Amino acid sequence: MILEAVAAGASLAKFGAAIGAAIAVIGAALGIGMIGKSATESIARQPSASGNIRTSMILTAAFIEGVALFAIVVCLLVVLK
Amino acid sequence: MRVKLLIYIICILGLAAPTRAAEDQGGDVDVSKIIFEHLGDSYEWHITEGAVIPLPCILIGEGGLDVFLSDKLEHGATYNGYHIATEGDNEGKIVNAAGERPFDISITKNVLELFIVCILLCSVVLGVARWYRKNGAKKAPGGFVGMMEAVIDFIDKDVVKESIGHGYERFSPYLMTVFLFILTSNLLGLLPVFPGGANLTGNIAVTMTCAITAFVAINCFAPKGYYKSIFWPDVPIFLKAPIPIMPAIEFIGVFTKPFSLTIRLFANIMAGHIIILALTSVVFVTAEMGTAMCASMTVVSVLFCIFMNCLELLVAFIQAYVFTILTANFIGLAHDE
Repeated sequence: MILEAVAAGASLAKFGAAIGAAIAVIGAALGIGMIGKSATESIARQPSASGNIRTSMILTAAFIEGVALFAIVVCLLVVLK
Repeated sequence: MRVKLLIYIICILGLAAPTRAAEDQGGDVDVSKIIFEHLGDSYEWHITEGAVIPLPCILIGEGGLDVFLSDKLEHGATYNGYHIATEGDNEGKIVNAAGERPFDISITKNVLELFIVCILLCSVVLGVARWYRKNGAKKAPGGFVGMMEAVIDFIDKDVVKESIGHGYERFSPYLMTVFLFILTSNLLGLLPVFPGGANLTGNIAVTMTCAITAFVAINCFAPKGYYKSIFWPDVPIFLKAPIPIMPAIEFIGVFTKPFSLTIRLFANIMAGHIIILALTSVVFVTAEMGTAMCASMTVVSVLFCIFMNCLELLVAFIQAYVFTILTANFIGLAHDE
């Protein structure tokens, strides 16, 4: 009985980790999509600023990816322990 | 036109290799073991099944200093009372007979890769500097030196000077070193063979050390106003006393900045390596499932691997650039206050 409960707990942890990773990806994709949308709109409005806008877009996307990767690292730790 | 046809024919002939492998394969392919072997550190540099470079193990235990090549410890052998633990907390590391780790300063795969990156960086950058010392006043640079000038100028003007402003020359050497080091380690990590292929920046100890150097650069060279802005910031009095809410938040912020630098670089590079290794293992896993499956999945795997490797090239540059520009920004913020 106890062994079953422990086994169920372990697979529940893995299920939680997988769902957590998926939710992190949804958040990151939404955020980066919004950045891309406003970046392309701004470039369309003022093509001469495209260099600056491209730099800011890449920088901000890297920030968001960093945060999403925090979540991925946590999920990996859950799966591996 | 005929050259293209020849290249296509050679590529299609390449499909013969995995189809042959599908007939010979038997037994399980443990994908996660393969991936973690490539990601982790080890006491020897494993090039192929037969060719392994043994690296020196330098241990200081109760018996004093012990230096020997790691091939004395392969296949679970014991040497001088030391063996590589196969289970428990110290799995994969050298332990003595009682299961405790000695003071271990061995040259492992990551350490050797660090040395290779340092030698490469010093020789390239100092060679370029020597060119400028000899010919800088006389002619304009071309070729490789010109490319290095473009890269270094880009970091110096667009990253360091923009972010730090006045007095940026003091931090320029450190920031360019960290940029070139991370870029070179990332790029070498993408090569499959010696001298590349060791997962250097995907090792959290290495990225944490880079972040600690950033912490020193941000906090130890800042003017007094910076420390004042952390412990007694310019906010309404109820946020500062009797309960120091803002000072506590600012103090924690001093440590979260290097922490996020660590995790961002580590996770990006490790994730990229895991994806490429997993896609490559697809070939070996499908090898047991018959020739048609293996051939088609090999084509898919190779195409995805090409795409992922191009993406990883981009990520290598972007992560080095983001680390540098964030550190420069934090230094600039510390000097503004």
